[in-house]
Amino acid sequence: MNLEVSIGGLKMKNPVMTASGTFGYGEEYEEFLDLNLLGAIVVKGLSLQPKEGNPPPRVVETAAGMLNAIGLQNIGIERFVSEKIPFLRTLNTPVIVNFFGDSVDEYSEAASRLDGVEGIHALEMNISCPNKQAGWAAFGTDPKVTCEVVSAVRKRTTLPLIVKLSPNVTDIALMARVAEDSGADALSLINTLTGMAIDIRTRSPKLANIRGGLSGPAIKPVAVRMVYDVFKAVKVPLVGMGGIMNADDAVEFIMAGASAVAVGTANFINPSVAGEIALGIAAFMEREGIGDIRLLKGAAHAV
Amino acid sequence: MSRAFRAEIRENLPLNRNHKLLTLAPLDPMSEPQPGQFYMVEVHEGFDPLLKRAFSLFRRTPQGMQLMYRLQGRGTAILGNMRPGSVINMLGPLGRGYPLPAAGETPIIIAGGIGIASVFSLIETVPARAHVIYGARTRDDLFMLNELKEISKGLSVCTDDGTDGQQANVLQMLDQVLGAHPQELADAVVYACGPRPMLRALSVMTKAKDIKAYLSLEEHMACGIGACLGCVVRAKDTGTAAEDKDRQGTYQRVCKEGPVFDADGIVWE
Ligand SMILES: Cc1cc2nc3c(=O)[nH]c(=O)nc-3n(C[C@H](O)[C@H](O)[C@H](O)COP(=O)(O)OP(=O)(O)OC[C@H]3O[C@@H](n4cnc5c(N)ncnc54)[C@H](O)[C@@H]3O)c2cc1C
Ligand SMILES: Cc1cc2nc3c(=O)[nH]c(=O)nc-3n(C[C@H](O)[C@H](O)[C@H](O)COP(=O)(O)O)c2cc1C
Ligand code: FES
Repeated sequence: MNLEVSIGGLKMKNPVMTASGTFGYGEEYEEFLDLNLLGAIVVKGLSLQPKEGNPPPRVVETAAGMLNAIGLQNIGIERFVSEKIPFLRTLNTPVIVNFFGDSVDEYSEAASRLDGVEGIHALEMNISCPNKQAGWAAFGTDPKVTCEVVSAVRKRTTLPLIVKLSPNVTDIALMARVAEDSGADALSLINTLTGMAIDIRTRSPKLANIRGGLSGPAIKPVAVRMVYDVFKAVKVPLVGMGGIMNADDAVEFIMAGASAVAVGTANFINPSVAGEIALGIAAFMEREGIGDIRLLKGAAHAV
Repeated sequence: MSRAFRAEIRENLPLNRNHKLLTLAPLDPMSEPQPGQFYMVEVHEGFDPLLKRAFSLFRRTPQGMQLMYRLQGRGTAILGNMRPGSVINMLGPLGRGYPLPAAGETPIIIAGGIGIASVFSLIETVPARAHVIYGARTRDDLFMLNELKEISKGLSVCTDDGTDGQQANVLQMLDQVLGAHPQELADAVVYACGPRPMLRALSVMTKAKDIKAYLSLEEHMACGIGACLGCVVRAKDTGTAAEDKDRQGTYQRVCKEGPVFDADGIVWE
């Protein structure tokens, strides 16, 4: 049976990766699963300089989901390279570094700093974060800005470049085409949906940051639809995510058009789940008599 | 060893109208917990409610452990309805517990309300050594008073409404205890768990009196294992990182660097 997939030049032994920000720097999960079972590990989003993040409360549970406003807290690229990469390099699983900046220059600098580092196999560019130069509107919501920042990063790295799309747009297929035309080797989707919750007793927002990103099972139908739409619009491979809790959910994303999938919030509910999903996809293929995972990709488009 | 395990509910005993004591027997090998550590407990059948709930180790038992909990919202309501024989998924023990008092030190252990759940096992760990101060709203919300009397050096009880012990708060009680035992309390170490305003006031008081204090904090959590960065509080590293001293501290994870923090390092916001 073949579970191998390739994402913009990155070969993975199976299609299951972890979603950025939900798997720490990998080491936090070592005791809970065999990290070598994974297709790839995607680490918490990094920036050139360490970032402190938002004040608490940062997470709040909602119906079948959660809102988070971590504010991209991270230890910065230098500490990641010196403190976290040595452990990750002992694994037989490729490492994808998610990164962001608050200006086009910062994105490019970060990409070029990560480019030469041994033990980093691909980059995932988070464009759902605010742009200092453009009044803090997200890089991923204005096609012109998206084109500018992705093109700039493309010039500074030879690693496979995955652009992670924001779902907080009117036409995600358009944004996907822009990212593809600007040099993305692959696209990942979806990032969290902007949301909010109010405590009606205190009449105040539940998150200190007021707005947060919605993730978990609640967003899965939206995410599946977006993968389905983007699959029709572009040629580059897709990494699908958003509410994947088990192997069946993962297969659903693959049938919508994803070449690979990422497991996010589910890691909080069951820290071994990413490995279980990798095994579960194989079991599904076995039951269905499918010899190659690639035969499932986009299956829902046949009808 | 993985800290993920399944546990069977042996007993889910009501203590009063809104507090229960859960007795668990792990079905998988479990790591030995320290006082002040906690567990993440799965409370759902489907995906709603989604996240695990955090509960302190109340007491280690020969077969496993007990958790004491207050019925708060939906998750604890579901837990409250679970029957003996049910099996639940858990993670733990998690976080850093209370640093034990040194041989010459006198522990003063303070619980406000359900905070007793966190400090009870600490009191057990230093039998007949701790001055225990236990405050609650009313008599009906005080638990395990006989056990506490047995395992502590002295138990001072207070309630907001005066229905048991003194009508006072735990800070006033701490003042009394310190006043009554001036010589041995020169080497006092305070440990406390309770509502945040109580902990904050305690930290001001212990700082003014130059008493070492360790406080157990709560914050909303998603993962419980240090991965999501959801559960932070602002704190300074006391001791090691000198550079933190004059800064406003850093965000530290309640689930990993905590839940117990040196009171001196906490930056209250
Ligand atoms: C380290 C730690 C140890 C704890 N130990 C105990 C204990 O021993 N006994 C006990 O009764 N309670 C304890 N709590 C509080 C307990 O976790 C909450 O009461 C519980 O999560 C409420 O869940 P719910 O669904 O009933 O309430 P809801 O209010 O419906 O919960 C909604 C969401 O908010 C979160 N939440 C609500 N209150 C708290 C809180 N105080 N702290 C953190 N998250 C909260 C829930 O986990 C959930 O995600 C502890 C909390 C922490 C962080
Ligand atoms: C706590 C938390 C932190 C996250 N941090 C990041 C991040 O740093 N960079 C990023 O691109 N996405 C981040 N995400 C988004 C996830 O990677 C993922 O796109 C989203 O949660 C949807 O998947 P899920 O429903 O399976 O969680 C974060 C999500 C959560 C819940
Ligand atoms: S709860 Fe996730 S880091 Fe503490």
